[in-house]
Amino acid sequence: MSWAVLEPGGDAATALYILSFSLFIFGVRRGTHPTTAKQGNMTAAVGMAIAVATTLLLDGIGNWGLIALGLGVGTAVGVIASIRVQMTEMPQMVALYNGVGGGAVALIAWSEIRHGISLGEEIHLDTLIPVLFSAVVGSVSFWGSNVAFAKLQDLIPTRPLAAPGQQVINALLLVGILAACVNIAVNNDDPSQALFVGILIAAALLGNLVVLPIGGADMPVVISLLNAFTGLAAAAAGFALDNVALIVAGTLVGSSGTILTMEMATAMNRSVANILFAGFGGAPSGGGGATEERPHTSIGAQDAAIKLAYADSVTIVPGYGLAVAQAQHAIKEVADELEKRGVTVSYAIHPVAGRMPGHMNVLLAEADVPYEQLREMEEVNPELPRTDVAVVVGANDVTNPAAKNDPDSPIAGMPIIEVSEAQQVIVIKRSLSPGFAGIDNDLFYEPNTSMLFADAKQAAADIAAEIGQL
Amino acid sequence: MDLMTELTIFVLAAFVGFEVISKVPTTLHTPLMSQTNAIHGIVMLGGLIVIGYADDSLEYAIGTIAIAFGTINIVGGFMVTDRMLGMFSRKPKPKPKTDAEAKPGGGA
Repeated sequence: MSWAVLEPGGDAATALYILSFSLFIFGVRRGTHPTTAKQGNMTAAVGMAIAVATTLLLDGIGNWGLIALGLGVGTAVGVIASIRVQMTEMPQMVALYNGVGGGAVALIAWSEIRHGISLGEEIHLDTLIPVLFSAVVGSVSFWGSNVAFAKLQDLIPTRPLAAPGQQVINALLLVGILAACVNIAVNNDDPSQALFVGILIAAALLGNLVVLPIGGADMPVVISLLNAFTGLAAAAAGFALDNVALIVAGTLVGSSGTILTMEMATAMNRSVANILFAGFGGAPSGGGGATEERPHTSIGAQDAAIKLAYADSVTIVPGYGLAVAQAQHAIKEVADELEKRGVTVSYAIHPVAGRMPGHMNVLLAEADVPYEQLREMEEVNPELPRTDVAVVVGANDVTNPAAKNDPDSPIAGMPIIEVSEAQQVIVIKRSLSPGFAGIDNDLFYEPNTSMLFADAKQAAADIAAEIGQL
Repeated sequence: MDLMTELTIFVLAAFVGFEVISKVPTTLHTPLMSQTNAIHGIVMLGGLIVIGYADDSLEYAIGTIAIAFGTINIVGGFMVTDRMLGMFSRKPKPKPKTDAEAKPGGGA
């Protein structure tokens, strides 16, 4: 039973696909400006609706019950998940959506090759090669994204997990996958389905093994890279299925994801290769070793309130700890109290604060922090020596002076917010434990640093209350 | 469509992606990544196509799961992006600054 309205690859279907990918391009373009971003997302969504509707009208589309089941379940899960997700959990949500996309590509590739085998004819290489590519990359992306999700959701340890000889195992897996692909391509008149499933499994293992050794701090770069990969895999699926919408949309995501990935890596002063293959685990010198007790100054909420209330200028440096503790609203209250007293308040946002570029901006916008108070690292650093108090809330590695002073540090060269230059520093943190990079932060032991050990939300609420009473 | 036409489209689309994206304020990186993430959910179309010629129970299962996965990617991706961008559209009212140190608003 088919509607058989549009011929696959015919003029009408192609014209509708062209319309839909034009809307994607236009939507992404509008997505790059703050004022048009929301409409841009709508535009792209309309493009997607057109693409889906067009495909449903193609001749040869069948099994409507299963299509309805897939669409229904997928829509329900997607709607419920995106309504319930907290803003702070956005990065792992994107990782998860990216993962299911990759999984879909791998499954489609599997279905394609089964279909090809069942026809009993030679499968053309211009179909077979893209199918193999999308199978491998889709599977890597699915499993890699799931590991990234699990790390960000703290389901598995965020610190680098690596076995000795890991690189060798990865390389062997990759060689094995390539060899199996070549075998399938050479025997394209009767490829082995078992071997293909073997490729899917090996790629799954590779996805796990590549992402597991990467520390939590680098996860945004990994998610962005996997996002680009899934895009390319979708484009490859477009080659296999002769579908122009898939080719253009997938490629668009592939190239945009590549740019985002490079920008993020640049912000951390590291190369993508370095993040993928070195991990911070390579040099355990600063991490799990013996951490001797070093002298530090510890204060309470009342002292912090006094320091802040009598300052002229306060710079707040938010980090992921703020996001985890859901402290953005409480911090906004502190800022409001301070502004009532005439204190100038600004927020210094490190390019990789939170777990994705721009993540912290989203969280602070949620708390109604005015756009003008959000300032970038380059803008803030020269002003810090003239700042009375810098408040570090749940940020760690991005303030670590070791990045500047210690060439042997694993984060050497990473641009930091130079809070130690400020007259006084208050660090709100639960303990002296190291951040995602797993290294100690010298900032905590500087003479002008006061540590306020507390949950960020509780501490901010206490400080706001104390300031109100002064 | 022959392979060379498809490759031409691929190369041009790659350049479009680079050009369209290159100048983005950091603030919009997460929403934009989320939006492009939703766009690659278009692989769901592949699921719709392959389930059309599925002819055993394993292929039915694979196709259905692929469609469900792709749909989650699309629906969830666009909705989450919309939620994130909704945070920015609520225009914060500029408060009167208290002293001369007030910085001129950056604007967009």
